[in-house]
Amino acid sequence: MGAIYWKELEDHFASWRYLVLVILVCFVSIFAVWVASQTIIDNVRSYPTESVFLRIFVTGKGSLPPFFEFVMRWFGPLIGILLGFDAINSERSRGTLSRILSQPVYRDAVINGKFLAGLTVIAVMMGAIIVLVSALGLIQTGITPSSAEVARLVCFYLISVVYIGFWLALGMLFSVLFRSTIFSALVPLALWLFFAVFMVMIAGAVADWKEPINSDSQASDLVHNINLERQVKRISPLGLSWEASRFVLDPEQRTSDLAEPGEMVESQAFGTPPTVSLRQSITLVWPHIVVLVGLIGICFAASYIRFVKEEIRAT
Amino acid sequence: MASPVVEASELTKVYNGATAVDRLSLQIGEGEIFGFLGPNGAGKTTTILMLLGLTEPTSGVARVYGHDSAREPMKVKRVTGYLPENVGFYEDLTARQNLAYIARLNGISGKEARQKIEGALDAVGLSEVASKEVGKFSKGMKQRLGIADVLIKNPRLVIMDEPTTGIDPAGVTHILDLIVNMAKQQGITIMLSSHLLYQVQKICDRVGIIAQGRLVAEGSIQDLGRRMTSEGQNVIEVEVDRLSSGLMESVGRVAGVKNVDSVGSLLTIRSDRDVRAGVSKAIVESGALTLGMKSHDYALEEIYLKYFTEV
Repeated sequence: MGAIYWKELEDHFASWRYLVLVILVCFVSIFAVWVASQTIIDNVRSYPTESVFLRIFVTGKGSLPPFFEFVMRWFGPLIGILLGFDAINSERSRGTLSRILSQPVYRDAVINGKFLAGLTVIAVMMGAIIVLVSALGLIQTGITPSSAEVARLVCFYLISVVYIGFWLALGMLFSVLFRSTIFSALVPLALWLFFAVFMVMIAGAVADWKEPINSDSQASDLVHNINLERQVKRISPLGLSWEASRFVLDPEQRTSDLAEPGEMVESQAFGTPPTVSLRQSITLVWPHIVVLVGLIGICFAASYIRFVKEEIRAT
Repeated sequence: MASPVVEASELTKVYNGATAVDRLSLQIGEGEIFGFLGPNGAGKTTTILMLLGLTEPTSGVARVYGHDSAREPMKVKRVTGYLPENVGFYEDLTARQNLAYIARLNGISGKEARQKIEGALDAVGLSEVASKEVGKFSKGMKQRLGIADVLIKNPRLVIMDEPTTGIDPAGVTHILDLIVNMAKQQGITIMLSSHLLYQVQKICDRVGIIAQGRLVAEGSIQDLGRRMTSEGQNVIEVEVDRLSSGLMESVGRVAGVKNVDSVGSLLTIRSDRDVRAGVSKAIVESGALTLGMKSHDYALEEIYLKYFTEV
């Protein structure tokens, strides 16, 4: 498996795709910092917080999404799919697959090696992009991160790698299922589009249908509506990781669902907003991470079963 | 045959109800060059894939050096080099890098790998272009690189699927020479499949002919020819000093002769047995002289056509 891992890694780093991704990374970083620095100063002034530095990652402006949302909704899936969609079927169409499989290697080693190589690229890239954004943010705003904030960033980093790993696994699954690379690129892209755009609409629609709000709705109805919408969004891996990264990046996020009006904590009414410790944030997002890892597992299992059982056929 | 290198017994493969390979049994001995011949779609590639353990047989057993290909594919793959039809390489890597990858997959690294790679490239005559990207190679060069590729792992058995298809005549000769060298100098057992009989007949010790999934004939080319002769198709060509209708008639009356044709002073006589003595006598008796007589060897094409149309 080592041989396959290193070969794939070399391939990734030498390919045009990697170049495209690097350009994207730079673009995203600069964009994110620019968005954040536009608003962060005013924002902090009017809404003081303990973790100012993390604001760089969670502040958006108007239609410009904050950095973490950009990664989760747009950038992450794109990288994952780009790295995975032709992993197996391009080898098949190039005629290298039967040559590789006639070597003394186990078939699962081919998938594992390719996945780990892709994951390494993702890890390197996400690491680079977070460091870059932090550095640019530091220069722009002059705010230094506290150690707790750094720890939260590391958590965000891990979540994002796992999440993009899911899209990689999904892309690879389709590269095993479909012979045509066009198909195996389009299907995960369509899924991405579904989760990124339609899932939001569906969540809103379902919430309004089950927990309608109108002019004489109580506050509790509103809470129910919002909670249901959040729950529906959690069906999608995108919604899950979006929420998870928001929880770790923003210590003011205390619960996954909004509390009933009567349960509102008094302190919310005055002064500094209550924050939760990193440990509590992690407890909050732990289920999200487990589900994401589980989803990767499902994609992997499906790829394994299909690929290991698949027979190399005379064309 | 002392413990065969390749042994297939009653190998059968059914794809969605269609039988691709039908109870195929064959044996290949150590150091042999075995030609696996048959038309396109006869089941050659499927058989090869089953021998390599890349496809599971529906029933029957394939063994390579005594290892069951379906149960112990790793052991089979360690000793077997496989050159697929339309062999593919990583086009953006150089020839040397492609081979290095295969060496690593076989657990060969460092100095040993470098030596093997240079040796293999040298053997196939690609040393000079080793640093070029494979994408720029011609089909013949890729095929030769494929041979270098199978040599890297020091195989004891090499299975080649249509190694000469789509390559120009000079390239074919080169590749066939390489194959013969592998067998004779390194003692590698070779199985090669082809639908181009003329090309491979020169180098095969033995051939097996497969048609519609069945092995319809097996043996040396001469054996197959002889078998046809004994089945009643014998052709001789006789050149005479002058041809007359009387001569044609008297030759036609010789016992066993089925048909006589003439072109100029050349007679082509088809018979169901050896009629050379009777024909010479008939020619002399009709007042002509025999200038030459040639027993027609069965061309492989005829053997091929016969077995392919028989099924």
